[in-house]
Amino acid sequence: MHILGLSCFYHDAAAVILRDGLLVAAAEEERFSRKKHDNRYPTHAIRFCLQQAGIAASDLEYVVFYEKPFVKFERIVKSTLQTVPRSLRLFREAMGSWLVDKLWIQELIRQDLGLPGDRILFADHHQSHAASAFYCSPFDEAAVLTLDGVGEWSCGTIGWGRGSALHLSHEIRFPHSLGLLYSTFTAFLGFEVNEGEYKVMGMAPYGTPRYVDKIRRIVRIYDDGSLWLDLRYFAFHRSSERSFSRKFLDLFGPPRDPSRADQLDPAYCDVAASIQEVAETAIVTMARQALQSSGMERLCYAGGVALNSVANWRILQETPAKALFVQPAAGDSGGALGAALYVYHGLLNRPRRFVMEHAYWGAEASEGQIVGFLQQSGIPFERFERQDALLDRAVELLKDGRVVGWLQGRFEWGPRALGNRSILADPRNPQMKEIVNRKIKFREPFRPFAPSVLAEAGSRYFELPERSRLAARFMLVVPPIRPERHAEIPAVTHVDGTGRLQLVEESVNPLYTALIRRFEQATGVPVLLNTSFNLKGEPIVNTPQEAHATFQRSEMDALVMGPCLVEKRIGA
Amino acid sequence: MPRGWDGVRGRLSVAGSLFRFLWMYRLWWMIPLVSVLLVFGALLLVAQQSAIAPFIYTLF
Repeated sequence: MHILGLSCFYHDAAAVILRDGLLVAAAEEERFSRKKHDNRYPTHAIRFCLQQAGIAASDLEYVVFYEKPFVKFERIVKSTLQTVPRSLRLFREAMGSWLVDKLWIQELIRQDLGLPGDRILFADHHQSHAASAFYCSPFDEAAVLTLDGVGEWSCGTIGWGRGSALHLSHEIRFPHSLGLLYSTFTAFLGFEVNEGEYKVMGMAPYGTPRYVDKIRRIVRIYDDGSLWLDLRYFAFHRSSERSFSRKFLDLFGPPRDPSRADQLDPAYCDVAASIQEVAETAIVTMARQALQSSGMERLCYAGGVALNSVANWRILQETPAKALFVQPAAGDSGGALGAALYVYHGLLNRPRRFVMEHAYWGAEASEGQIVGFLQQSGIPFERFERQDALLDRAVELLKDGRVVGWLQGRFEWGPRALGNRSILADPRNPQMKEIVNRKIKFREPFRPFAPSVLAEAGSRYFELPERSRLAARFMLVVPPIRPERHAEIPAVTHVDGTGRLQLVEESVNPLYTALIRRFEQATGVPVLLNTSFNLKGEPIVNTPQEAHATFQRSEMDALVMGPCLVEKRIGA
Repeated sequence: MPRGWDGVRGRLSVAGSLFRFLWMYRLWWMIPLVSVLLVFGALLLVAQQSAIAPFIYTLF
């Protein structure tokens, strides 16, 4: 039985395909269309999934969309009408996109895939998030928490899963949304909503949370995990241009100029620290409530807010959770996966067979394709017959302070590069953070880089309890680096002494493990600086062509693709 | 999306589902509003896709 899951029209469009409950392929549309956060109907991702499964569209038993358009339409009509006349513009814009595209998703799928209407299903947005976390986890039973901006009506849910059953027992409804609260501050701090939230999180350690009391005036957080926003301070429910109101500006002052996005103004750093602190408090309270109300010991967590890896660490520190599983594509793209899994387990009641051990579900370039591209393009390269020799050469380059692009195997599912589409560098070099930020990634200099650490060495470098290992596999927690190690790996040690680590396991990625192991043999440090293989504002690369173009447009020193090494000649 | 009668029939089917949804969830008050919106939506689509676009545009 093949089930295709789809998400599109809001944030990141994606497609996934299951065969008899096992994941075959999953990819965001942006990787193919080359448009960052592409939210259009995922034509390319669908074709990739069908090709990977080796089937035609007519072989699909079901296609499932990750949310219910009619319920969402109802919410948008109701909530905008409540704030007329101020929301008239928002209403007009929303109706434009709804009447042209969003309402007709069933028809769009039917026409594209040639399937009858009764094989096209719709799952609830937060049910999809919950399913993406629980059904991918290794737990037989677990509490479930979902948090994002907004789905149909829900902005967050709490529930539980056991076997194939998944039940959501509590919800927070629009407009009282933790995700939208965080996004409002993201906009206030001069970053792009749905893109700059990571930057707020990275900026927070540079500030002091001295505005917490002020933020507590506009949001109330209750012990049962619910929250309430004072809507006089917000405009996201009635404006398409601004998410905060004039009253908000009276309280926090003028918004930060977006053109100063790479500056660390102390007052704005304090705002970032404060909203991060408030968000963490709310998330921990909700996680605690999810565990308590379900009576379960483990927690599965998804939704865009679950990508706040600093808050995830606090969940592990401050709740009784014995383990935490966060699905790597926790945002809307992951909804496609959850929707497909929900149909298979929740609706069809089929037993669970799948655990997401890794995130490598995207497209792959074969050795022949890589070599063929390099030869046809006349690019000088060195081909290594023996893997050992390739790894030795890559380590030599890294050890010499070179920055290396690394393209191997299938690309990652979700926003993190986990060693298959990565830019790698030596974490021991104190200058490396600035070099990679300014010369290669062209991004804000204060943003930290992640360390990839051999799983067996994780506790040597990080204060890492066993219960955090699952989340650390997908770079979704930010634990403290042991103080005695700060000087050893300065390029991946953030200003507050933490690091968003990726634990690398041999069973999951043998080649990347072998590379780090060789780096350890050469330097004594089992850690590499790992950042996603893209430039600012671009999606992570997919093909060798894209990898080489990115390599050329940046000051990266070398590029390893499959068994081939391309080096940039000095002065070239 | 392909045009033609099949596309129109498909859209009418989705519109029917939408009205059934509104009826089932007792959102009767939304039915007139949604009807007007759908007519506007149809005009928008026609305007995007056909040669009569300039004439519709002048109506608004």
